[in-house]
Amino acid sequence: MSTSTDPGFQARLYRPPVPRFWWARRRSYLLFILRELSSLFVAWFVAYLLVLAYAVGQSESAYQRFLDWSANPFMIALNAVALGFAVLHAVTFFQAAPQATVVRLRGRRVPPTLLAGPIFAAWVVVSGFLIWLVVLA
Amino acid sequence: MTVQHDVIIVGGGGAGLRAAIAVAETDPSLSVAVVSKVYPMRSHTVSAEGGAAGAIAADDSLDEHAYDTISGSDWLADQDAVEAFVREAPEELLRLEHWGCPWSREPDGTVAVRPFGGMRKERTWFAADKTGFHMLHTLFQTSLKFPPVTRYDEWFVSKLLVDEGRVAGVVAIELMSGRIETLLGRSVILATGGAGRVFPFTTNAAIKTGDGMALAYRAGVPLKDLEFVQYHPTGLPFTGILITEAARAEGGWLLNKDGYRYLQDYDLGQPTEQPVLRSMELGPRDRVSQAFVGEVEKGRAADSPYGPVTYLDLRHLGAKVIDTKLPFVRELCRKYEKIDPVTDLIPIRPVVHYSMGGVHTDIDGATPLPGLYAAGEVACVSINGANRLGSNSLPELLVFGARAGVAAARHAAQTEPLAGPAVEAQAADEHRRLAQDLLGRRDGTERLADIREQLQHTMEGSAGIYRDGSSLAKAAGALRELQERAGSATIDDPSRTFNTELTSALELSAMLDVAECVVHSALRREESRGAHQRTDFPARNDDKFLAHSVATRDPDGVPHVSYLPVTITRWPPGERIYGR
Amino acid sequence: MEERITLQVARYRPEQESKPTFEEYEVPLREEWAVLDGLNYVKDRLDGTLSYRWSCRMGICGSCGMTVNGEPVLTCAAFLSDFAPGPVRVEPLRNFPVIRDLVIEMTDFVHKLGRVKPWIVADDEAPPEGAHGEYLQTPEELEEYHQYSMCINCMLCYSACPVYGLDQSFVGPAAIALAQRYNMDSRDAGNALRMAELSGHDGVWGCTFVGECTSACPKGVDPAGAIQRYKVTAATEAAKSLLLPRAAEK
Repeated sequence: MSTSTDPGFQARLYRPPVPRFWWARRRSYLLFILRELSSLFVAWFVAYLLVLAYAVGQSESAYQRFLDWSANPFMIALNAVALGFAVLHAVTFFQAAPQATVVRLRGRRVPPTLLAGPIFAAWVVVSGFLIWLVVLA
Repeated sequence: MTVQHDVIIVGGGGAGLRAAIAVAETDPSLSVAVVSKVYPMRSHTVSAEGGAAGAIAADDSLDEHAYDTISGSDWLADQDAVEAFVREAPEELLRLEHWGCPWSREPDGTVAVRPFGGMRKERTWFAADKTGFHMLHTLFQTSLKFPPVTRYDEWFVSKLLVDEGRVAGVVAIELMSGRIETLLGRSVILATGGAGRVFPFTTNAAIKTGDGMALAYRAGVPLKDLEFVQYHPTGLPFTGILITEAARAEGGWLLNKDGYRYLQDYDLGQPTEQPVLRSMELGPRDRVSQAFVGEVEKGRAADSPYGPVTYLDLRHLGAKVIDTKLPFVRELCRKYEKIDPVTDLIPIRPVVHYSMGGVHTDIDGATPLPGLYAAGEVACVSINGANRLGSNSLPELLVFGARAGVAAARHAAQTEPLAGPAVEAQAADEHRRLAQDLLGRRDGTERLADIREQLQHTMEGSAGIYRDGSSLAKAAGALRELQERAGSATIDDPSRTFNTELTSALELSAMLDVAECVVHSALRREESRGAHQRTDFPARNDDKFLAHSVATRDPDGVPHVSYLPVTITRWPPGERIYGR
Repeated sequence: MEERITLQVARYRPEQESKPTFEEYEVPLREEWAVLDGLNYVKDRLDGTLSYRWSCRMGICGSCGMTVNGEPVLTCAAFLSDFAPGPVRVEPLRNFPVIRDLVIEMTDFVHKLGRVKPWIVADDEAPPEGAHGEYLQTPEELEEYHQYSMCINCMLCYSACPVYGLDQSFVGPAAIALAQRYNMDSRDAGNALRMAELSGHDGVWGCTFVGECTSACPKGVDPAGAIQRYKVTAATEAAKSLLLPRAAEK
């Protein structure tokens, strides 16, 4: 059967452009972008660690050269920034972990915010132990 | 362009989706179209709160559910329909359970039931106090697994096509593009819901404008028992937001401004600490709403900026019961009244809630027009008669949605599609009316909203909880005049893209048709029964009016009212007794 | 004189203009008026050509989500008095194409709901065993998924999600929460069926726990929590199939 064809109006959708500084709108968006960026620095740490392992495996002098190389101001700055991103990564992970795990106490789910406390505490203790082990001991 | 389907369902709420699934399960080879002016999960089923009745408790029986429904209807329900309804309600609710509806449970894992108004046993299944929401989403999500179901979301149906004495399809507008399309179908099911928006103060969503009733009426199908409009006793002032009857079922009290449980003065029993079934706050909605008017007349209601109010008191239930059984009530009160029912009284007033009447159908949802079916609030089977019991509407849309789906599927399998020149001409006329007459109407003098408001105030002033002959007669005249004026109101918006002014104009025209039928049916019924209370005829008159009114459209557009007998099987008309 | 407040409303009329503009309307500022009441006032009294979606006006149908002063909200549940003295800027939900004025295109979202197979997949080996033919489900089992069943599909979470904003192929918060609603239902056995969609390229791993979906949700669904929980499931399953390839196939 044929009736009068009615094309109507071909809806022309408006697709709002993503503003260049959209990530500055909210703290959470900024953190999101920083987290995306953090992958670069995490990758850097991996590479750095490999170089370290390689140097240790070569000889004591190679290790010493590695230490000297690491002591130059640029490397210190780079590693400090990378550390910042790694901490951001860790904090995100420790915040997400309680959301992802369900712990029950007397049949009721323990609120994730309560779980976060012990996790962060454990993190501080382990970090403290490592600092003691590497730096002080 | 013209599209062809076997079954076209107009409306994507509870009844429409249930019908779609029924068609797909009955005959997977049939193609089903669900055409809805909103996305299905926006449909008004979503707002139903309290629950869905289905007798399953050990001490309950189908006969008791039937008796409660029939006495609640003031004996205007068709008893064969009620018997089928109470029999199939538990089966349907169970089906929803298998589809994933999160029914509230007993500690042993069985489905829990709660008491409800006018019911003598606990038989109302519930999903906290968002029962309709959960049912609708369960139905929608389940419908997604049936490939034969094609959805036309945000398509507005403006006309039923009829030829050779049977239905041939619909004309609809796709809102996003403004495209006008003819959808041909062998069966059409109307599932568009009620028409609460013809009143100014209603629990009903903006979309409930009686579209399906008007579509049927204009196609020559009678509208049945439209004078029976349910007022829910507990709406929030200003917004009209519903506070579920479950609040009273869980033990809430109705108080007047003196803190007195006033229902005891209206032959609804004596106050007790714990709720008693079919008594006081668990009386039927018509009687409880009428008692409110009594309190206003006695000067015992409190004043509010939105007229007189009484109070719903839930404070004695405590935070725990309110949070587990009535969390949405608490959420709504906090948000929209800035009060907390745990510590405050909730101001309430009766509010238009449900249309007992609707498109005349038989027990399978079939209308007198072959191929046309109706189910849910748009239809009048009738199981609700002169007053629907709370928690019967949700199982009704399931039972009769499924029945209509099965019947429409069988009809479609047995008939050839209609696509003659007459159908073509009708469709072309409708295309022209929409594209030229309506979209081009910028020279009007009045705003649509003004006419709508006058319609609503006419209805409130004449067809409210209490009515009388002279104001109804006056309203009939006023509505005629509004019909004329609506025909020349301005439509400022010429756009084809998502033109909500065009849909407002189409909705207004539907509302006016439905309103005229309500008023004419109410004027002709010279008795008081259930939700229809005439101050000039205060008694029930079974000799003359134990009958369904049916309004059909005269050639000049005015409703003509006649009567059909009520089917009585096992329960002869008697006195409605509550609380004693 | 009645107090008034200014609404700055985004208008987009595709037949007339290629991008949105703002129009200002003055509406009464009343204690109980939501932003939606202000829009209805505009539509009924000032300008009939304004288009927007709304229906239940009680925060359950999910129609009226818009961006108000930069935040995704349900306009029926955001009150004008909270924005006094104004002006109140009303825009369509972000991250969606705009059809007209405040109306966004949502077919992509609705399609995604279907993609996660949101229905009960029955376990033939565990038929209903209740006395009335129902599946038994204790209140505790109901509680497992109940929160995720409260989603009203208002799409505020998609509007708040930067991952979806940058890449529309991401399944997104509400659809993942919906999948979890069924995965965690004791009556369902469809976990494996939903896995491909959820742990695939456009699935949960796109999320880096921004958390804005959960803050935007007007119904307390916590889609962010649902996503993190699914990551554990997906990781466990991936590990299983790596270590015990045959067991995972079963």
